[in-house]
Amino acid sequence: MTALLLNRDLLRRALPAITLAVLLVAIFIKQPLAMSQFGLTLMLQYAVPIALATLAQMFVIAVNDLDLSIGSFVGLTTCIAGLYLPTEPLLGALLLLLCIAAYVAMGALIHLRNLPSIVVTLGMSFVWLGIAVLLLPTPGGKAPEWLHGLMNLKVPGVPFPIIAAIVIAAVVQIGLMHSSYGVVLRGTGGNPKAVARAGWSLLKTKMVMFGLAGSFGVLSGLSLIGLTSAADAHIADRYTLYSIAGVILGGGEFIGGRVSPVGAVLGAITLALAASFLIFLRISPDWQIGAQGAILIIVLALRAAITRGSAR
Amino acid sequence: MNATMLRKLHQTPWIWSFVGAVAVWLATIAFTEGQGAGAIVTAALSFACFTVIVGTGQMLVITTGPGNVDLSIPATITLCGTVAMKVMNEQDSLLILGIVAALAAGAVVGALNYGLIRFLRIPPIIATLSMSFLVQSSAIAYNRGLRIKPPPALDAFTTGDTFGVPWIAILTVLFSVVVGIIVGRSYYGRAISAIGQNSRAAWLANIPVERFRFLTYVASAMLSAICGILLAGFSGGPALDMGSEYLLGSIAVVVIGGTSVAGGRASVPGIWGAALFMFLLVTMLNTFGASAGIRLVATGLIIIAVIAIAGGERESR
Repeated sequence: MTALLLNRDLLRRALPAITLAVLLVAIFIKQPLAMSQFGLTLMLQYAVPIALATLAQMFVIAVNDLDLSIGSFVGLTTCIAGLYLPTEPLLGALLLLLCIAAYVAMGALIHLRNLPSIVVTLGMSFVWLGIAVLLLPTPGGKAPEWLHGLMNLKVPGVPFPIIAAIVIAAVVQIGLMHSSYGVVLRGTGGNPKAVARAGWSLLKTKMVMFGLAGSFGVLSGLSLIGLTSAADAHIADRYTLYSIAGVILGGGEFIGGRVSPVGAVLGAITLALAASFLIFLRISPDWQIGAQGAILIIVLALRAAITRGSAR
Repeated sequence: MNATMLRKLHQTPWIWSFVGAVAVWLATIAFTEGQGAGAIVTAALSFACFTVIVGTGQMLVITTGPGNVDLSIPATITLCGTVAMKVMNEQDSLLILGIVAALAAGAVVGALNYGLIRFLRIPPIIATLSMSFLVQSSAIAYNRGLRIKPPPALDAFTTGDTFGVPWIAILTVLFSVVVGIIVGRSYYGRAISAIGQNSRAAWLANIPVERFRFLTYVASAMLSAICGILLAGFSGGPALDMGSEYLLGSIAVVVIGGTSVAGGRASVPGIWGAALFMFLLVTMLNTFGASAGIRLVATGLIIIAVIAIAGGERESR
């Protein structure tokens, strides 16, 4: 028992889950009413789009890049979905596929010209936002019925966002962590030379990872408009920061292909819940962003303390 | 002869940012048939100053090596601009006190940034990002949505010009010259380049790596503070979103200006060229009557095009 508790590696891996558990307990103590299906569904509803955006970011971080454009990309996809999916579903779907193709191209460009991803994605964030503003200068559009229905699905007994999060996390976990091509994909971040020597194309793996990031960005946008039922170019601006923070909270690291899909989803849920918790604490809205920064710093400090202990 | 010229051009990649700035300016005045050519230059020089000041801080940070970047610049600009205006309380007599207070606030932010990176081993991107949340919240709580006017002397200084050359531009050029000398000739400048190229080798060569990293993050935050003071003076008071455009701005001018993103090579003149280029580009698109959407798309694509053409370099990590 003590040996288990002292196992720092295990502790490090369990940290995202522990953080979430501590936060949940704190919320329930502060606001017992939240401990109901309705309360949890309400608090967690935005966890789904944030989790999907966080996974998108995770794919990019896994190959040692960083995506500073995911927030405005998600905003753009809500605009496309809100404008075209209800009336011209085929055109809408085509445009969304084009968005994913643009992400693949972005990955290829970064790899071929050996460009810093921060700058390329920062530039692209302007492009996404610009297109979104051109398409939809003022908030508007409408979620297609099926999407609205799906996101507001009621399952007896369990809040829908929890089911959605488990399914999403399981799919990505199996695909990326337990498949043979998943190992190659992560290897692109861990040891690119080894992957290249083994005969795999680094260009292809980067394109696949950016394609996955684009796909999850689209899914995030779709789930978001399913919840809000109106689109806006700026609707997801915060998601860039949320997604990076979520990946890191979930135990991911910037370099070396060390990421964890389950952790990323847990990290995203933690961030979504943190907002509710701060409201329950009656922290002045002025300090809410700051409190999120503080939570991030505390968790990272804990992780640093644990890792330092294991290195000794 | 031609070959040496080409090689020289290759060694000074920053020249392209000036070529770009002049080309964009010419395109603009060709469109307006020469009208407002001087006014555009005056405006560009003023606005470029703010970008140059924070871009210089960002350049120093980026030069210290891969992964080093300061994302807390926008929040620091806002906080320090607010602190300065509040302390000055619209009175010239409190001008110096306000500047000192803002610089101190900046120094604290920089020291905290470094503390998170060094002692909690948080990657700089996340450390400065988390810090920016805290700083932004402090600014919101401290500002309380008030718009305090700058004291008359600051207002006059930041908006004044002589024959169309803004005073802040003269001061910022002098500042750039000094930074250029520091980066190119001083021990500190050589040392941060060495750290950026290989921090372990720099450490083995007895360079006080951590002390210089600390100084660099503090310098970047204090430059954000200076930018905050000038910007608040220039635009008639602090605003909560006054720093937001400098996140992309500070990084873009560094990269377009020819500083290596992988660290280890700084370029001071390029920052000026890039800052002028970025401002003139937006002016040109405005003159052409482009909508906000087109302007955003064009800005983004041009930044990507510039760095794609300039090409990546082999990173050492």
